[in-house]
Amino acid sequence: MAGAGHTDTRYEEELAELRCRVLEMGGLVERQIADAIRALVTPDVALADAVVAKDDAVNHLDVEIDELCFRLLALRQPAARDLRFITTALKITTDLERIGDRAVTIAERANELQREPQLKPYVDIPRMAEIASRMLRESLDAFVRYDAELALAVCRQDDAVDQLNGQIFRELVSFMLEDPKVITRAMRVLFVSKYLERIADHATNISEMVVFMVKGKSIRHVGELPTSV
Amino acid sequence: MTPPSASVASAVPTRRPAAAQAHVAIRDLVYSYGRTEVLHGIDMDFAAGEVTAIIGPSGCGKSTLIKAVNRIAEVTSEVTVQGSVTVGDFDVYGPDVDLVELRRRVGMVFQRPNPFPKSIFDNVVFGPRLHGMTDRARLSEIVERSLRQAALWDEVCDRLHTNALQLSGGQQQRLCIARALAVEPDVVLMDEPCSALDPIATTRIEELIHELKSQYTIAIVTHNMQQAARVSDSTAFLYLGKLVEVDRTERIFTAPGCKETEDYVTGRFG
Repeated sequence: MAGAGHTDTRYEEELAELRCRVLEMGGLVERQIADAIRALVTPDVALADAVVAKDDAVNHLDVEIDELCFRLLALRQPAARDLRFITTALKITTDLERIGDRAVTIAERANELQREPQLKPYVDIPRMAEIASRMLRESLDAFVRYDAELALAVCRQDDAVDQLNGQIFRELVSFMLEDPKVITRAMRVLFVSKYLERIADHATNISEMVVFMVKGKSIRHVGELPTSV
Repeated sequence: MTPPSASVASAVPTRRPAAAQAHVAIRDLVYSYGRTEVLHGIDMDFAAGEVTAIIGPSGCGKSTLIKAVNRIAEVTSEVTVQGSVTVGDFDVYGPDVDLVELRRRVGMVFQRPNPFPKSIFDNVVFGPRLHGMTDRARLSEIVERSLRQAALWDEVCDRLHTNALQLSGGQQQRLCIARALAVEPDVVLMDEPCSALDPIATTRIEELIHELKSQYTIAIVTHNMQQAARVSDSTAFLYLGKLVEVDRTERIFTAPGCKETEDYVTGRFG
């Protein structure tokens, strides 16, 4: 983080610990998305089961980070940049936890889908997953580097994910119209697409909060994104 | 410096309406003790009906800044002053200024409670008596009104003639506030009013500040940043005799404009 260290070094260490924990949670969740998609595409039942099992670790970190934030708020009475950092961490973890849940549901759909013949080769889903994962990674980079421009760049990528989601939707609807027997499978793939679209939304939320953390002004719920902050 | 004037206001005026609260305007104020310049050109306002907090590290000039408003520093030190301070339409450093009238308009509460070794009653009426009031009934009225405003009346109304030094620290400080309010000032300056008090007494004073701001212009110097955040509407950050930043309090403590302010309020200073 930019700026001089705290006069109180233990406070500084606690803030550093919070930063590490959020990154750890982000890394874990990013891995969960990648594994869930790999379990779907391969397909790999054991890997999908592992994703489901690992959700506990994500949830555990969520609780741990909340406790760390509450402790810092109660004992340090943070102000200004530290206050924005801690409250942002508190909100970010909620989004990370939800992303973790989406990875789990993707893994569950993957296990359902592998029991039946594949509808079509997965092309757009891995592309969507790649963009959503990159958005997540960059939003967390922006968080640790206090980089509002990078955070804003993440928000701009959300449209690409939405477009892919729309494209997948149209494609699968045409499949279902042609042959109602594929509806169950098509719906499951559609869910995966929707979950990825939601993951990108969570990464966008995180980035918007990072802009607030860095600049002290909110860009949420204002319609058009600003061109710069 | 102009010597203190000997004129005495004839009577304590009745409470002016809220609209008459004075706005304090400090313009390009350069203030020196002897040859040491401690304020290097300060421009700021204490808005009427608001609490303005002044924060900054020790020695930054924050106490000097508020003491410049009622010229109290001159009592003990050799000072030179450039620039101007006005309280409403009253020119604080104008020629032939009446210092007694100035200090009636601009009351002050200090760091340590400093009641006179007299009764509670005599402490409160000290100012009005100095201004020539002798009418016992009027003085009693002033005592009750001032003690009520200072949220002390209920605790002392049955022992107004006991020695003020028997009160607790927090009560003594509220008595000092009542004493300042007795002469119906426009502005109340507070120089770390809670630094010698326990947390409960501090909360009482903070509540009191909140109640008083509808009737008085208040400026408070504090080392306690949470206190500044709690009680004030706007906050000024002073450093090395310069005004770094003044803004709405919520802004200063959530997203200040200057890096120095941010470093100070987050505890990264030095």
